[in-house]
Amino acid sequence: MAIRIALTGNPNTGKTTLFNALTGSNQTVGNWPGVTVEKKEGKLKGHSDVIITDLPGIYSLSPYTLEEVVARNYILNEKPDAVLNIIDGTNLERNLYLTSQVTELGVPVVIAVNMLDVLEKSGNKLDLDKMSESLGCPVVEISALKGTGIMEAAEKAISLAKSHTLPKERHVFDKNVEVAVKDIIALLPSSVPDLQKRWYGVKLFQRDAKAIEQLNISDDTLNKIEKIITTCEDAMDDEAESIITSERYNYISNVIASFYKVKNKDYVSVSDRIDKIVTNRILGLPIFAAIMFLVYYISITTIGTGMTDWVNDELIANIIQPGIQGFLESVGAAEWLVGLIVNGIVAGVGAVLGFLPQMLTLFFFLAILEGCGYMARIAFVMDRVFRRFGLSGKSFIPILIGTGCGVPGIMASRTIESEHDRRMTVITTTFIPCSAKLPVIALISGALFDNSPWVASSAYFVGIAAIVVSGIMLKKTKMFSGDPSPFVIELPAYHIPTAGSVIRSMAERGTSFVKKAGTVITLATILVWFLSYFGFVNGAFTYLTEEQMDVSLLAHFGNTFAWIFAPLGWGTWKPAVAAITGLMAKENVVGTFGILYHVSNFDKDTGEGIWQLLRADYTPLTAYSYLIFNLLCAPCIAAMSAIRREMSSVKWFWTAVGYQCGFAYIVGMIIYQIGSLIITGKFGIGTIFGFIGIIAIIYGLVRKPYEERHPEQKAGARA
Amino acid sequence: MDTLKDVKIGDTVTVARVHGEGPVKRRIMDMGVTKGTSIHVRKVAPLGDPIEVTVRGYELSIRKADAENIEITR
Repeated sequence: MAIRIALTGNPNTGKTTLFNALTGSNQTVGNWPGVTVEKKEGKLKGHSDVIITDLPGIYSLSPYTLEEVVARNYILNEKPDAVLNIIDGTNLERNLYLTSQVTELGVPVVIAVNMLDVLEKSGNKLDLDKMSESLGCPVVEISALKGTGIMEAAEKAISLAKSHTLPKERHVFDKNVEVAVKDIIALLPSSVPDLQKRWYGVKLFQRDAKAIEQLNISDDTLNKIEKIITTCEDAMDDEAESIITSERYNYISNVIASFYKVKNKDYVSVSDRIDKIVTNRILGLPIFAAIMFLVYYISITTIGTGMTDWVNDELIANIIQPGIQGFLESVGAAEWLVGLIVNGIVAGVGAVLGFLPQMLTLFFFLAILEGCGYMARIAFVMDRVFRRFGLSGKSFIPILIGTGCGVPGIMASRTIESEHDRRMTVITTTFIPCSAKLPVIALISGALFDNSPWVASSAYFVGIAAIVVSGIMLKKTKMFSGDPSPFVIELPAYHIPTAGSVIRSMAERGTSFVKKAGTVITLATILVWFLSYFGFVNGAFTYLTEEQMDVSLLAHFGNTFAWIFAPLGWGTWKPAVAAITGLMAKENVVGTFGILYHVSNFDKDTGEGIWQLLRADYTPLTAYSYLIFNLLCAPCIAAMSAIRREMSSVKWFWTAVGYQCGFAYIVGMIIYQIGSLIITGKFGIGTIFGFIGIIAIIYGLVRKPYEERHPEQKAGARA
Repeated sequence: MDTLKDVKIGDTVTVARVHGEGPVKRRIMDMGVTKGTSIHVRKVAPLGDPIEVTVRGYELSIRKADAENIEITR
């Protein structure tokens, strides 16, 4: 049978680097069942019978965060043959706090001390033999970065796994606590394996809701346990959960003195010196702005977009598509088949590949920002602004990138740890106008507003307002209630990220985009192509030319559903169809208007040439309502696929898209109805709905947040 | 009651008790802020909140609202 080794440790300890060094390219990436936490597994290099599972980076095994629950459930339920616990030698106390919990789980543990060289540079000394003796399990020195000692660490874990050598119980709590834990262990159901008794005893002492749920303990026993706990709490003058945490840290600070010698107390590391400047009260914001500008400038306006445009406009539109078209026509393929392949499949695949250069550029920068430690500082610098809207300081990057393109913007939300903050960011990022929405803005502003600059600026203003308003409203809903993500975060030491880890992170995210989002983009593009190019002509279902779009299935569709948009002032089929083709790519709205108004000669970036025709059919008010609806409603297919990818849940995907469309609809309606009232002075049924919309949004903003009635039960039910 | 929120930048204090309950309190303590721990307040973020402290040899960022739950002695 294969030997399974679980890799655990705090974030920023080099755990990922170690995992990569141990497994090489032999990895599979997926999600832990039911949650969006990433799961990585791989075979140990040179040992095809040893499987290494990378557990999420965590500080503790509390029941409160997904990552921690995933890690502890894996060790308790899947019982890996050994745990390899990597710890940062420069940060012993906090790292060993996790170790003190992992060694209670009834599995063999090897401690791998990383970054000892940094420790020694500061003049401090660590005695590994004494450390191993004090902690009751083997300790190995490694350098994840240089790859030294890592195979020895893995071999050690394998030999422990084979001999099933458990950690010697070394740490003891205060006498009061030990007595209480012992009494609780005596009450445990007989189904608890002996090896896990200590763990469950301590967990029940802490009133750990998840452990209580897992053991299915009777109320009677729970009452007895509660009495034991309260007695101890009274004696120690503290609450049980805090007692255990304090006791662990006390034990660590005591034991550490025997193997860790601090020689140079006033050592100021390079990292400290960098941090003094980078998050400085005065320089902090300018440096932040400069770094963000650089990331934006390179990935969105220059290199990234340049390559993406080249792939889209040159490689695909001018070389591949005509090439394939020419070939297919020369072999006499049917016209619809040529259309399917060139405008459906190739365009779909092209859309995926076209995004790739821009994505990779962005992922490259994200990897550097994460790797060097600045990402945590972004949250530190921006937290005050964003937390008011239920977002994280790290939401700044997705939204900033979203002004260029929503797809990488949404993918950039990956760096946000809290699931709430991440989902909120994914839902709101595309409210900000992306570059593909600019032609639509130019069309409306040119056709009906004399190119007035306020149209474009108001579009950005509405986008920002939509993010703020949605953040406040959503934060109060049931789905975003409970579990406030505590902003108590480590600001890791700065270090230079290695080329290997940056490239690997970039490649992983790129592949994930192509695989997960790519298939959806391709399929959806083919579907929209089919709807646009097929329809009934004289009662016969047939393939259409571009000029015949007004009889396509899509037009049919638009005709049937256009009435829905009547309250927004534009319930006719042409704008409805243009809005649907806008789902392919927002700039398509302009092109579709061109086709539907039978204009062949117009500027594709501003729609100049269609302006007069639009002026005849729309008022500034209906056009503005249309513009805002298109800016706020569900983004293009590619961005929706990215939302689907990042949400990792069909339910959350539809929640996001449904919310975006609903919000866009209400805002469009308010603009049209209230605008009509102001302009014409006529009060109608529609006006009432307009006011209802306003009241609904105000209510959403000021109502009391949803509160969970039984927080303990909820924490327990979330496994 | 003196809390971490009121400590001046550059000062070092000792934790007397962590108030509050549930996930936030557990998280603060999990990160090493327990009774008797020495905390050095390094700086405040450019926008005035959160603060950065050194605890158990590493840098921790914590919001003022949460720092208010950490009782200290000087």
